[in-house]
Amino acid sequence: MATCPRAQAAPASPERVRRGAYLARAGDCTACHTAREGQPFAGGLPVATPIGRIYSTNITPDLETGIGRYRGDDFVKVMREGVAKDGHRLYPAMPYTSYARLSQEDLLALYAYFMQGVKPVRNPNHPTQLSWPLGVRSLMAVWNALYFKKGEYTADPNKSALWNRGAYLVQGLGHCGECHTPRGVAGQEKAVSEQNGRHYLAGATLDNWQASPLTGDRVTGLQAWSKDELVEFLRTGRTARVAALGVMAEVVGKSTQYLTDQDLMAIAEYLKSLPPSHDEGQGHADSARQASAASAATLALRVGDTGMRGSRVYLDNCNACHRSDGSGANRTFPNLAKNEAVNAKDPSSLIHIVLAGSSMPSTQTAPSAFAMPDFGWRLSDAEVADVLSLVRGNWGNHAAAVSRDEVGRVRKTLAIQ
Amino acid sequence: MVDIQQPPVDAVLVGFGWTGAIMGMELTEAGLKVVALERGENRDTYPDFAYPRIADELTYGIRHKLFQNLARETLTIRHSPRDRALPYRQLGSFLPGTGVGGGGVHWNGQHWRVLPEELRLKSHITERYGKRFMPDGMTIQDFGVSYEELEPYFDQFERVCGTSGKAGNLNGTIVEGGNPFEGQRAREFPLPPLADVYGASLFASAAKNLGYHPFSEPASNASRPYTNPYGAQLAPCNFCGYCERFGCYRYAKASPQTTILPVLLKKPNFELRTQSQVVRINLDSSGKRATGVTYLDAQGRTVYQPAELVVLCAYQLNNTRLLLQSGIGKPYNPATGQGVVGRNYTYQMTGGVLVFFDQDKPMNPFIGSGAGGQVIDDLNGDHFDHAPLGFIGGGYIGVIQTGGRPIQQMMLPKGTPQWGAPWKQAIKDHYLYTVNVQTHGTVMAHRDNYLDLDPTYRDVFGQPLLRMTFDWKENDIRMTQFVTTKAKEIAEAMGGKSIEVKMKQFGEHYDTRIYQTTHNVGGAAMGEDPRSSVVNRFLQAWDAPNVFVMGSSVFPQNIGYNPMGLAGALAYWSAQAIRTVYLKTPGPLVPA
Repeated sequence: MATCPRAQAAPASPERVRRGAYLARAGDCTACHTAREGQPFAGGLPVATPIGRIYSTNITPDLETGIGRYRGDDFVKVMREGVAKDGHRLYPAMPYTSYARLSQEDLLALYAYFMQGVKPVRNPNHPTQLSWPLGVRSLMAVWNALYFKKGEYTADPNKSALWNRGAYLVQGLGHCGECHTPRGVAGQEKAVSEQNGRHYLAGATLDNWQASPLTGDRVTGLQAWSKDELVEFLRTGRTARVAALGVMAEVVGKSTQYLTDQDLMAIAEYLKSLPPSHDEGQGHADSARQASAASAATLALRVGDTGMRGSRVYLDNCNACHRSDGSGANRTFPNLAKNEAVNAKDPSSLIHIVLAGSSMPSTQTAPSAFAMPDFGWRLSDAEVADVLSLVRGNWGNHAAAVSRDEVGRVRKTLAIQ
Repeated sequence: MVDIQQPPVDAVLVGFGWTGAIMGMELTEAGLKVVALERGENRDTYPDFAYPRIADELTYGIRHKLFQNLARETLTIRHSPRDRALPYRQLGSFLPGTGVGGGGVHWNGQHWRVLPEELRLKSHITERYGKRFMPDGMTIQDFGVSYEELEPYFDQFERVCGTSGKAGNLNGTIVEGGNPFEGQRAREFPLPPLADVYGASLFASAAKNLGYHPFSEPASNASRPYTNPYGAQLAPCNFCGYCERFGCYRYAKASPQTTILPVLLKKPNFELRTQSQVVRINLDSSGKRATGVTYLDAQGRTVYQPAELVVLCAYQLNNTRLLLQSGIGKPYNPATGQGVVGRNYTYQMTGGVLVFFDQDKPMNPFIGSGAGGQVIDDLNGDHFDHAPLGFIGGGYIGVIQTGGRPIQQMMLPKGTPQWGAPWKQAIKDHYLYTVNVQTHGTVMAHRDNYLDLDPTYRDVFGQPLLRMTFDWKENDIRMTQFVTTKAKEIAEAMGGKSIEVKMKQFGEHYDTRIYQTTHNVGGAAMGEDPRSSVVNRFLQAWDAPNVFVMGSSVFPQNIGYNPMGLAGALAYWSAQAIRTVYLKTPGPLVPA
């Protein structure tokens, strides 16, 4: 309930505010705009980016320290152009590059929510000061001119309403590309939709988390996933075979678990339409189960044979949950056989979870937040490399071995964090 | 002198183990604002039971990391009213828990119901054998609730836990492979039985050949991935051998953490405060109504929490102690036989037969689960004619292989040196090749076995300790000798090369040093007569209608089975009475 005068002429209806609340969840605004232990949307979270640390701002309707003085079109300008009310340019850490796709109606619903549905909190913004020349915000105008594709989402008349809704969500509020699309030299996403090239949602690494390809790749992408599995994953952070890890677990927990069934199916519809983005060569006909059961690794581990490199580490640390055939347990411990994250080109996610652990999100429909414990305290870089190489090279997995140096690099970054 | 006064709530739960979690869930679903006060720390699978650190027998099994710290709070124990009670300074016979989840974290998961006749034991024995069959001094009673009334609540708790097993009596039809003696079930177990280890299958064959009816022990260690009615999930047990005394790293053991807390802790009308030691239930000037509780917070400040409803979920010993300290109900006096709070304290009678095999039969004891195994119920309850035998009660017999941990679970022949070369040789000869056929049976209530407050010793908060007066009585020794002798016959038929019987002897006193289950029961007996019970059949205190007492505290004597299944069912049963009757019309649910 606002006690400050609103810049808008008339208060928005409760339905519009509710709609805005839903959209804010879909957009996961809270992920950046709510600090740890902070008040909702009051800002102050330090976001690590490749160009330095950027602090999120207070977007509660507080008049002095928040956006309480914003009118509807001020808000729209932020989202469509990346320009604040006072004219300063935002860094694309605030993904206006994706939110620009939103319809006017959705933007005004979001505005209504932030003005009327959020409690005003006094919290002055922590200044973000990057070093020269990055600190010169007006240079963002140049970056935008080169790389920012403006414009609302326009429906493709050749596709279904469901597909278009999915594209709208993925490209806009979902801002999936901000993590899942590889970036160029200036930090720009290499593609912003399926229209401009094979790079869209082709996978990227941020902060030692590898955001998987969401394209139709067989080994590392979504080719083996059904639409139902995708919906299940976004709703609960888990499927029969795999689990959300790292940052994606948070995304599910704070955002996608709240989407309607229809919106989740739309996202699945759109993502499953994307062709492969990498050349992965010929496939192996075995199903995941066949591959792992027949594997020499399984047979050796089952009898406690530690001849294979990494097998002693696997038996002492991983076997208890993931089992000698890597199969884990249905909907609880991920199956490592033919697992997309296990086969990722970039093993940094894998190294990250072995060193620091990870947990599934607790969601409304799947409240158990299964946790994989951390092993960094116990395993050396060589041991982590060996066990990951074993996992990546057996049970039907054909991904490259992992080196000690790669592990060491990730470990060092974690220590800094 | 109160430092902090909290705003009032609808219900306060004292203690937050299994019954606390069950009542928390039930009462919040009824729309109440609920606060749970737990004296111990917060605990969760991660990080507290994380692999591999939890698989540390010394820390958890021997140094009792998860259990109550006796240096702060304990009880005194004596064998008879003529003795002087001394503090229980080292955990041995029973292991009280503490912390969020309580005993639900470190139990084995052996999840039984109750035999129908045990709920009305006094009436049943009187009907079948006559009143004089019960020896002088034995004070067994009826519970005041029937098996039929509780059946849906047994089922409910089993579904929450994902209990693994095979029904033996489905709606009156005896089903092959299950327990033919069990009280009837409306439906099958939620999960199929755990796989048998070799020793269990040898026991089952031997028992069957002797005419008994072996079946899988009901186990709240999941045999498959499972989702319970609350949406919480369990993973399947992998027989790691670190069950009782340990938290489960694998989300396979049913505990409050795995089955209830993922949902309960997120409810807006639920609040958990840990490191909050309740020292008193406060009563109004009439002494007939609780106004709330007083507790000490982590900083040692005295806090008053007003509440409309007080539910004691603090474990049998603490529940009884709080009732005595708060003046709810008349304390029991063994000399006069008057009074109710503290009477009918009982325990569990155990025995066993070790079977040593040749080295061509590896038992692999390290393949352990908390509750997987084969058992027989033929010699429990009143399943056999007691008339010529001169005792009442019985027990189950079986092989339940919980692990082969090196410090505590090394089963070696009597007389083996405790160290050195001969000890090492004995381990080589026997470690892999030994099983224990255990017996687990009833203890009947006796007028000299009871609880009260100690006149001398106090805890770290200055409160008098609970005093336990308990010793074995002839009836139960007679029972265990009978049942364990039968177990010996089965053991001899298992194909081992030698056996060794461990059985209590007449005149033997209760030895608090040796672990014998944490199945302390009684002290706040339930019943239909306020002259011999503390709570009515809905677990509501006769003397204060807004106080309810949970757990095994309410058992007027112990049953042959492990008590948790019955304690859980009674909690759901009581909650149902609170939700459907009490909340609409607060007051006594049963006329006094």
